Amino acid sequence: MSLLNIFSRRGSAPVARERLQLIIAHERADHGRSDLVVILREEILAVIAKHVAIEPDKVQIKVERGEGVSTLGLDIELPLPAAARLTAARTETAAKAKQAVAA
Amino acid sequence: MSKVLVVTSGKGGVGKTTTTAALGAAIAQSGSSVCVVDFDVGLRNLDLVMGAERRVVYDLINVVNGDAKLAQALIRDKRLDKLALLPASQTRDKDALTDAGVARVMEELREKFDWVICDSPAGIERGATLAMRHADMAVVVTNPEVSSVRDSDRIIGLLDSKTIKAEKGETLEKHLILTRYDPNRADRGDMLKVEDVLEILSIPLLAIIPESEEVLRASNVGCPVTLNNPLSAPARAYADAVRRLQGEAVPMSVPSDRKSFLGKFFTRRAA
Repeated sequence: MSLLNIFSRRGSAPVARERLQLIIAHERADHGRSDLVVILREEILAVIAKHVAIEPDKVQIKVERGEGVSTLGLDIELPLPAAARLTAARTETAAKAKQAVAA
Repeated sequence: MSKVLVVTSGKGGVGKTTTTAALGAAIAQSGSSVCVVDFDVGLRNLDLVMGAERRVVYDLINVVNGDAKLAQALIRDKRLDKLALLPASQTRDKDALTDAGVARVMEELREKFDWVICDSPAGIERGATLAMRHADMAVVVTNPEVSSVRDSDRIIGLLDSKTIKAEKGETLEKHLILTRYDPNRADRGDMLKVEDVLEILSIPLLAIIPESEEVLRASNVGCPVTLNNPLSAPARAYADAVRRLQGEAVPMSVPSDRKSFLGKFFTRRAA
């Protein structure tokens, strides 16, 4: 250890403290999540999984509580083939709808 | 009114068993009757730390299953007649503990003793949750070290959700015992300070147990540290903890072992 190091050393404890505060805040948010969100997450996943193969860890569900309204946000990353199928289905429905209007 | 206290931590090797034995002996010395219960089925050690390993005949699982009466399984301490030990089973696995059986044994212990101290196994599995289930209060044992503090935070979460008190909507009293603390290293910035740990865990501090050779010395000979050398730093810290548990206001300090000038000189060199 150089002389400079001895004087500028602030010790490893502050690093430990910062790391702990971060990880614990994160874990508390995870474990403290309300049961309703857990249930919603499971059931929504089950419905989607019936039609599209999705990876559970690519799904994010969050509830944000505002003053007037709360929102339930779903963010699901679809695998490529499933995404292609969904877009195809949508274009088909749109085409059918157009036909119906024309007729 | 008897009190059931669980000594828990999440992480292993931080001093749960040492703390259970030390608190048990100090409470018994103060005149209250106390039973220390080992919940670490399969890895029992409280008997060894208390020096009663050769006197175990029946254990917690025998009593839970009704194979033995509680009185048959209890081991009276040879040094303190107010202190008893209920050992864990060494051969069976923890699934042998039934909820109803444990509830019955805890009820019986409450009738017999002023204090029941449950020594929890490490981890957050069934053994640990059963040990805390019937508690009125908890002592969380933590080292000033990142993994121990993180695990203690998990355990505090379980204490607030998995205990009978928590399920009833009541609050379970929780206390922190910080073990293996070295004030010199904390001052140098190389160990989490007491305030750091308290700020993160936010439960009240019951005692600071300084790092000390006396702890190993006591377990070597199978004697709670509070009995083996009552004047040693850890023994005084545990004795203060017991006075606080009994409602006395004792100023918080980090006791230190007295060392000769030469002793100090050599310790510094070693560190």
